[in-house]
Amino acid sequence: MKGLPPVLITAVVLIAGFVLCAVQFPNIASTRVVGNLLTDSAFLGIVATGMTFVIISGGIDLSVGSVIGFTTVFVALAIERWGMPPLVAFVAILALSAAFGAAMGTVIHVFDLPPFIVTLAGMFLARGASFLLSTESVPITAPIYSTVSDFAVRMPGGGRLTAIAIIMLVIVIGGALLLQLTRFGANVYALGGSRATASLMGVAVGKMTVKIYMLSSLLAGIAGIVFSFYTSAGYSLSAVGVELDTIAAVVIGGTLLTGGQGSVIGTFLGVLIQGLIQTYINFDGTLSSWWTKIATGILLFAFIALQQGLVALARRPRTKSLGAAT
Amino acid sequence: MTALLPRRGLAQLLALIVILAVDRVVSPQFFDLRLQDGRLFGSLIDVLNRGTPVALLSLGMVLVIATRGIDLSVGAIMAISGAIAASLADSHGLPVVLAAALGAGLVCGLWNGFLVAVLGMQPIVATLILMVAGRGIAQLITEGRIVTFSSPDLVWLGNGAVLGLPVPVAIALGMLILTAAVVRGSALGLLIEATGGNARASELAGIGTRAMILSVYVWCGVCAALAGVIAAADIMGADANNAGLWLELDAILAVVIGGTSLFGGRFSLVLAVLGALIIQTMNTGILLSGYPPEFNLLVKAVVVLAVLLLQSPKLTGFAGIAARLRRTKA
Repeated sequence: MKGLPPVLITAVVLIAGFVLCAVQFPNIASTRVVGNLLTDSAFLGIVATGMTFVIISGGIDLSVGSVIGFTTVFVALAIERWGMPPLVAFVAILALSAAFGAAMGTVIHVFDLPPFIVTLAGMFLARGASFLLSTESVPITAPIYSTVSDFAVRMPGGGRLTAIAIIMLVIVIGGALLLQLTRFGANVYALGGSRATASLMGVAVGKMTVKIYMLSSLLAGIAGIVFSFYTSAGYSLSAVGVELDTIAAVVIGGTLLTGGQGSVIGTFLGVLIQGLIQTYINFDGTLSSWWTKIATGILLFAFIALQQGLVALARRPRTKSLGAAT
Repeated sequence: MTALLPRRGLAQLLALIVILAVDRVVSPQFFDLRLQDGRLFGSLIDVLNRGTPVALLSLGMVLVIATRGIDLSVGAIMAISGAIAASLADSHGLPVVLAAALGAGLVCGLWNGFLVAVLGMQPIVATLILMVAGRGIAQLITEGRIVTFSSPDLVWLGNGAVLGLPVPVAIALGMLILTAAVVRGSALGLLIEATGGNARASELAGIGTRAMILSVYVWCGVCAALAGVIAAADIMGADANNAGLWLELDAILAVVIGGTSLFGGRFSLVLAVLGALIIQTMNTGILLSGYPPEFNLLVKAVVVLAVLLLQSPKLTGFAGIAARLRRTKA
């Protein structure tokens, strides 16, 4: 039952926020709006699922936004210019992003370097590579794109559960099961709790590190494909800054940035809260988009302060260390 | 001077010389300097001028990193202070504008320092809050527009000249000397390094680690605010969306290139600024060589990786073993 209270708080915030929004704009409480909310936050939900694993294991992955950008450009060019069938292009890019994540994980483990700075280099590398491929926005006209965009499950009330929203929900549920029910998931928690202890208990720390970053980059690749479905184009500047939104969603979802605690469901709720803020601002019309950033910042602060309080309570007998490591 | 530029600066100096030499090859006029209207012009001056914001940021960042912290919010602080400076420039005098902009940086630094030193948050998380919210605050100040101004005082700050040097370069030089004098001229630098090396042990040895941590974040905020004012003065306007965007990463990179360990405990101000100059010399070289500027990111990524691998505890371990083997053979 570890990490349940923060998730509950996130859920309460989400429900309270939704009710408040619905009181002010009754139209928000419709399956149409909820369907759009899921579609708009589909790529964020996918990439945040991967980030949850990384952060619970005590790491961080700053490269995900760039990997999404690279994926959209690669997919667009592969389909439109190099004449690859879309499915082959998808497999190729997923293999490429998984290899990229594995490489970062290897560097982090073998050279014992801080994940923050290694994935920062990865962020530069992936973004630079996508600039090299193309600096213009490349529209995608392949038939599969219009098929996928048009596909939607009708919900009662006229809402549309789009294909990319379904992909996101499947990945979130799959991620939650992987984290909670498998040995892999248990090892992720063990790594985040204490690397040394995990290693002594027989967890293959190196293999796990490589696998975790591989998973994160793989999901970033899937998010990139979903993003290209969403915009029907590939652009090297797409998803700039998404790594921050992702980390914010994970933290708001109750995952401890020091590792060892958290859940995929919480992250999903965090993604929905960010989407809800955006929806509210769209409905209001007079508020400008920068309020999203300020509101996200305030929420981030509230949740981190809350976690800090909970951790301090849990560790009360021991003295708190100052200036904790990055 | 030996305290400012220790022997370990040799690698950085060599790197700068090599990059300068490469720049000379791609652009034969690279070292040309000419004096016009009392100001020096040329690619070298350009490198110094363009490198100023990152150099200023790295001055504050290096102290934060020395305490084992990190400040992700410097780019957002630049945007805030630039927005304040630009909106006040045409209605108030330069002293008021500077006081307001730098004051904002100070408050931002206090906030970060409070979260890290008093609430005990992880630095990366604590400063992430301001990194996310700060740009929103800057847009709130400019009301989402790009605020332009024509106040000659503020424009001089970005484009004027002092003794032949562009004003931003003179300011950065002044800040470097000031910071070095305060930190290395007293025991402060040592105390900061002690805090980063082992906060608990330092605390027990009687160092006010909280005050140390708080003050380095405040200084980092002030440096970032100064960089923001200069960046705004340079383009005669404030763009809350793009001012200082991703510069926090360049500043961290400059500090890392300067040989300061991300694990805290030691730092060099001069080498951090040298790191900023290395980055800018690369950027300018790539521009001059005619490659697309997008190439910058790839080159930067390769440089980060190379520097990281050189710093890696594992690799230095190997090097130590290799050296020992050589010694035993000899």
